[in-house]
Amino acid sequence: VIPAAFDYVRAGSAEEAISLVGQHGEDAKFLAGGHSLLPLMKLRLAQPSVLIDIGRVSDLSYIRDAGDHVAIGALTRHMDVENSDLLKQHVPLLAHAAHHVGDPQVRHRGTIGGSIAHADPASDLPATTLALGATYVAQGPNGTREIAAGDFYEGFLTSSLAADELLTEIRVPKMNGAGWNFQKFNRRAQDWAIVGVAAWRRNGDSGVALVNMGSTPVLATSVSSALARGASIADAAEQAAADADPQADLNASVEYRVHLAKVLTRRALEAASS
Amino acid sequence: MTVIEATGTQERPGVIGQRLLRREDPALLTGEAKFTNDIQVTGALHLAVLRSPYAHARITSVDVSGALAVPGVRAAYSGADLTDQWSGPMPCAWPVTDDMKNPAHYPLATSKACYAGDGVACVLADNATAARDALDAIDVQYEPLEAVIDLEDALSDRVVIHDELGTNTSYTWNLLVEDHEGAVDEAFAAAAHTVSERYIQQRLIPMAMEPRAVLAMPQPFGGEMTLYSATQIPHILKVMVALTLGIPEHQMRVIAPSVGGAFGSKLNVYAEELLCVALARKHGVPVRWNEDRSENAMATIHGRGQVQRIELAADADGKLTAIRVRLIGDMGAYLQLVTPGIPLLGAFLYAGVYDLPKAYDFSCTSVFTTMTPTDAYRGAGRPEATYAIERATDSLAAKMGVDPLEHRRRNFIATDKYPYEAYSGLVYDSGNHDGAATKAAEMLGYDELRARQASQNVEGSTKRLGVGVTSYFEMCGLAPSRVLASLNYSAGGWEAATVRVLPTSKVQVVTGSSPHGQGHETAWSMIVADKMGISPDDVDVLHSDTAIAPLGLDTYGSRSLPVGGVAIAMACDKVIDKAKQIAAHQLEAAADDLEYAGGVFTVRGSPDKTMPLAAIAFEAFTAHNLPDGLEPNLEAQVTYDPPNFSWPFGTHMCAVEVDTETGHVDVLKYVAVDDCGVQVNPLIVDGQVHGGVVQGMAQALWEEAVYDTDGNLKTSTLAEYLVPAASDVPSITTGHTVTPSPTNQLGVKGIGEAGTIGAASTIINAVVDALSGLGVHDVPMPASPQRVWDAINSARINPNGGSQ
Repeated sequence: VIPAAFDYVRAGSAEEAISLVGQHGEDAKFLAGGHSLLPLMKLRLAQPSVLIDIGRVSDLSYIRDAGDHVAIGALTRHMDVENSDLLKQHVPLLAHAAHHVGDPQVRHRGTIGGSIAHADPASDLPATTLALGATYVAQGPNGTREIAAGDFYEGFLTSSLAADELLTEIRVPKMNGAGWNFQKFNRRAQDWAIVGVAAWRRNGDSGVALVNMGSTPVLATSVSSALARGASIADAAEQAAADADPQADLNASVEYRVHLAKVLTRRALEAASS
Repeated sequence: MTVIEATGTQERPGVIGQRLLRREDPALLTGEAKFTNDIQVTGALHLAVLRSPYAHARITSVDVSGALAVPGVRAAYSGADLTDQWSGPMPCAWPVTDDMKNPAHYPLATSKACYAGDGVACVLADNATAARDALDAIDVQYEPLEAVIDLEDALSDRVVIHDELGTNTSYTWNLLVEDHEGAVDEAFAAAAHTVSERYIQQRLIPMAMEPRAVLAMPQPFGGEMTLYSATQIPHILKVMVALTLGIPEHQMRVIAPSVGGAFGSKLNVYAEELLCVALARKHGVPVRWNEDRSENAMATIHGRGQVQRIELAADADGKLTAIRVRLIGDMGAYLQLVTPGIPLLGAFLYAGVYDLPKAYDFSCTSVFTTMTPTDAYRGAGRPEATYAIERATDSLAAKMGVDPLEHRRRNFIATDKYPYEAYSGLVYDSGNHDGAATKAAEMLGYDELRARQASQNVEGSTKRLGVGVTSYFEMCGLAPSRVLASLNYSAGGWEAATVRVLPTSKVQVVTGSSPHGQGHETAWSMIVADKMGISPDDVDVLHSDTAIAPLGLDTYGSRSLPVGGVAIAMACDKVIDKAKQIAAHQLEAAADDLEYAGGVFTVRGSPDKTMPLAAIAFEAFTAHNLPDGLEPNLEAQVTYDPPNFSWPFGTHMCAVEVDTETGHVDVLKYVAVDDCGVQVNPLIVDGQVHGGVVQGMAQALWEEAVYDTDGNLKTSTLAEYLVPAASDVPSITTGHTVTPSPTNQLGVKGIGEAGTIGAASTIINAVVDALSGLGVHDVPMPASPQRVWDAINSARINPNGGSQ
C-alpha cells in the first residue's frame, strides 16, 4: 500500500490546474476526491509522476439552477449531490443514484466530476448522467467545450477528455414530471454494481443506461426504441443487453449479467411507469 | 440489534452475570490503544519481503544487487543467503500420524516457490518506502511449473509439488468406531433411509482488521531479544522462535501489544517473525515489518478448504444408525503450526447433537496444493463438521418428508443421558438440545413461518421463503493434555494464572491467556471480583508479555474462559484460603469458624469480630504478625489442566427470502440460542455471538478465496474478498439457555466460536428450503446470487439431479 514516488502540486484555480498539466505532460494526473485514483496508486497499478490537486478549487463546487438544466460543478461531493434540494426537485434520479455510491465516507470525499472523468463502467454516476442525456463541460488551454455524455465514454477508464483538459461542469436536463428508477444489484451495499440500471420515462420519451455491462457505461437505446414503438415493458426489457458487451468477472458470468440486465431493466421501467 | 434476555436461567448474585461495559473499549475506540505498528523505535530498519508471483515455480536465480542501489537500502537477501540463520525449519506442532509427510519449510524459499506469495527475497531499509521500492529492483528468474488448485487433482499426484516427498498426500487419518466389526456396513445395508452428500468448504481468508506486524529488538548486551508481534500466542511463539533460531529460551521475550483480531490467523509462527528476529540479531538493530492488506490475503494462513463426503444411515423413524465421512483436506503449500490437525478437530463432531450408536467411520486424507497454507480459522474443523451433519440432516429429513425440526428432535441426545459417553468415547458434559431448539423456534416464530411459507411459495412465485435450522455442539476448552497426547499434539492444554493481592488490597491477575479482542481484562476482573467479594475496578489483569506472564498457552479454541478463567477462580480460592489463615491468626479464632463474604472475614457467631481483605493484605505485606511458617505474601499460582473438553451447544434458526429472478438472498431474521453454560458477562457473550454469526453467515453468502487455474489469488483486496459490513447483515436476535458445565467450578463452557459454528448451515439450509419446491437440493457456498440462479436453472433443466 505504498505508492511509487510522485510529485504533488496544488492548483488554486481551474486555469492553474490546466496550466500545470500542460507543464507536466502525460504522466500528470488530476487529484480530486482521490477515491478512484489513490487505491490504484497504492496497488501501483497507476504510477503518475505528478498529482495536481484540484481539491481546493472551491469555485468548482456548486449546484445551480440554469433554466432548462441543473449545472453541477465537477468538484461537488456525492453527498452534496445526494442531498441537493434542487436536484431532488428537478432531477431526483441523479440525487438518488448518488446515494448509492460507495459508502458514506466515499460520498463525503468523492466527487461527481472525478467519478465521470474516471469513466469506470461500474460506477453509478457515469451511467446515470448518460441516461439523463447530460452534457459535460471540459476546460482546456484554449477555453471550454461541451461534450455530450453519449460522446464522452470511449473505452474502459478512457474518455474523450484530452490530457490537458479538466472536466469542470456537469449539465443535467431537468426531468420534472418524469417517472424514474435506479436499480443497483450487488452483493454488499458498498460495492460497485454487478449490474445497475438508471431509467426514466416521460410521455413517450425514455432513457435507460446500464452500469457494468461493458467497457463503458451503456445507453440501452434498443429498450427506448422498443418503448417508443409501443412495446410492453417486459418486451422492451428483453432488449436490455442488445447494446451491451458485458464481461465475466468473479461475481457474474456473461450469461448471468445479460439476464440480470433484463430483469433489472424491467423492474426499473415498471417502477418508473407506476 | 435486538437482545432477548434469558429469563430465570442464570440466577446468581454477585459480579458474574452482570452486563459490564468492556474496560478495553475506551482505548480502542479513541485510538489510544497501542498496536505493534504504533510502537516507535529509533533506528529500526524496515523489512520488506519479495513474494513469488507464481503459484509453482523453480527459482533459477536471485539477484538482489539492484535493490542495494536503491537509496536507503541497508541490505538485501535471497533465501539462500540466510540459510545459516535457521536452526531448523519452521515448526509444525501437530504431526497427526507417525508417517505424516511434512516438507521442510523455511522463511524464504530457496529452490522452489510453492504458492503465489511465497517469500523469495527480502530487503532491509531505513524506511518502509525505500524497502518497498527496492523490491521492484530485485531480479528473480523463475521456471514456472503447473499450479495445483483442485484437491482431487492434488490427490492424483499428476503434478507433485514437493519433489522430495514424491506425493502430494500429507497423511490419511482414520477413526473407525464400531461395537462389532462391520457394524457400519451392516447399518447402511439395513437402513430404511440413507443420504450421501458432497459439500465443499471453500477457502476463507481470516482478514483480521489489523494485519500482522512484527518488531524485533535486540538488547544491547547479553544477547537478549524482545519480539513484539501481532500474535495470539506469545508463549508458544517464544518457544518456537527460540528453537527455530537457536536462541536460548530464557533470552527470548515476546510481547503481544493490542492485537486487532485474529480468528486463528495469528495462532502461528510466521516467516516474517523469524526474519525480523534473525535480521535484528544479524545486524544488531531493531527490525520491523508491517503487512499490507494484499500480503495479508496471500501470506497469512487461510481457513477451511475441504471436500466433504458424508453418508447417513437411518431407521424407518429417521433415527441415525451410522455415519460415514470422507474428507480431503487442503493443507496449502506447507504445513504451518497446526495445519494438519484442523480437519481432525471436527472428527468428533460429525454426529452433531445426535444419539449415534457405535457405528462411525471417519477418514481424512490431506493434500498439498500450490495455494497459501491453511490453518486454524474461527471454529477450526468444527464448523465444517457441523455444516456437513446439519446439511445432511436436512437432506435426510427432506427425503423422508419430515419437518427438519421434528427430525432433529427424534435424534437429539436426551437431556437425562448427560453426562453422555459418545460413540467416540468422549464424554459430553451437559446438554439440553430440545430446550434450545424450542426456545429458538418460539423466538423465530417457526410455526407461523411454515404457514406463511406454504402460502407464499406457490407456482410462479419469485420471492420464496425459506426457514433454516441448525443444532450444534461445539467441542472447546482446548484441551485435556492427555487427550492432546493421544492426538499426537506436541504441547499440553493447561493454562496458568496468578492472583496477587497487593499491600493496598488492589489485586493483580496474571493470566497465560492472550486476548486480541475478546475482553479478557473485563471478564477476568469480574471472576476475581465475584470470588473475592471486591469491585472489578480494583482488579488489574496482566497478560501477553512473557516477562510478566511467563507461563501460558495462549488464546484459541474457545479455551480462555473454561481453562484460563477457571485457573483464575482456583487461584482466588487459594488466596482466600491463605487470607483465612492470617485472619484466623489475627482474630484469634479457628480458621474453620471463619466465613468470607463481601471482602470481609467474620467469625461465625461473633459478628463483631471481622477482618477485611484490605487489612489482611497489609498484614501479609508487613509480615509483623503472621502465623508461624507462613510466607509473607498474599498470592497464589495455579496451573490448571482441564479434565474434559467443554461442550457448548445451541440452536440457530433463520428465515430468508430468495429472489428467484436474480438469485439474491435476503436474510429476514436470524435467531441464535446459545448455551455456553454460566455467562460471566452476557454483554461479551452477545458480542461474541454477533461476530461469530456474521462470520458464519459470511462463509454462507459472501466470502471465498478464489484462485484462477494458474494459482493466482483473485480476491486479494477487500473489493473482491467480500467481508460483509453492518449494512449487509440482518439484526441478530440472541437468546440463551444456561446449562452449567459440571466439570469446572464456574460452570462455564466458552463462546468464542459458537456463532460461526452454527451460522453457515443455518443460512444454507434456509436457502435450500426456500428453493426446494423448484427441485433445488443444494447450493454451494458462498451462495452468491449467480450460484443461486445457477442452482435454480440446473434444477429446471435436470429435475432429478441433486447434490449427489
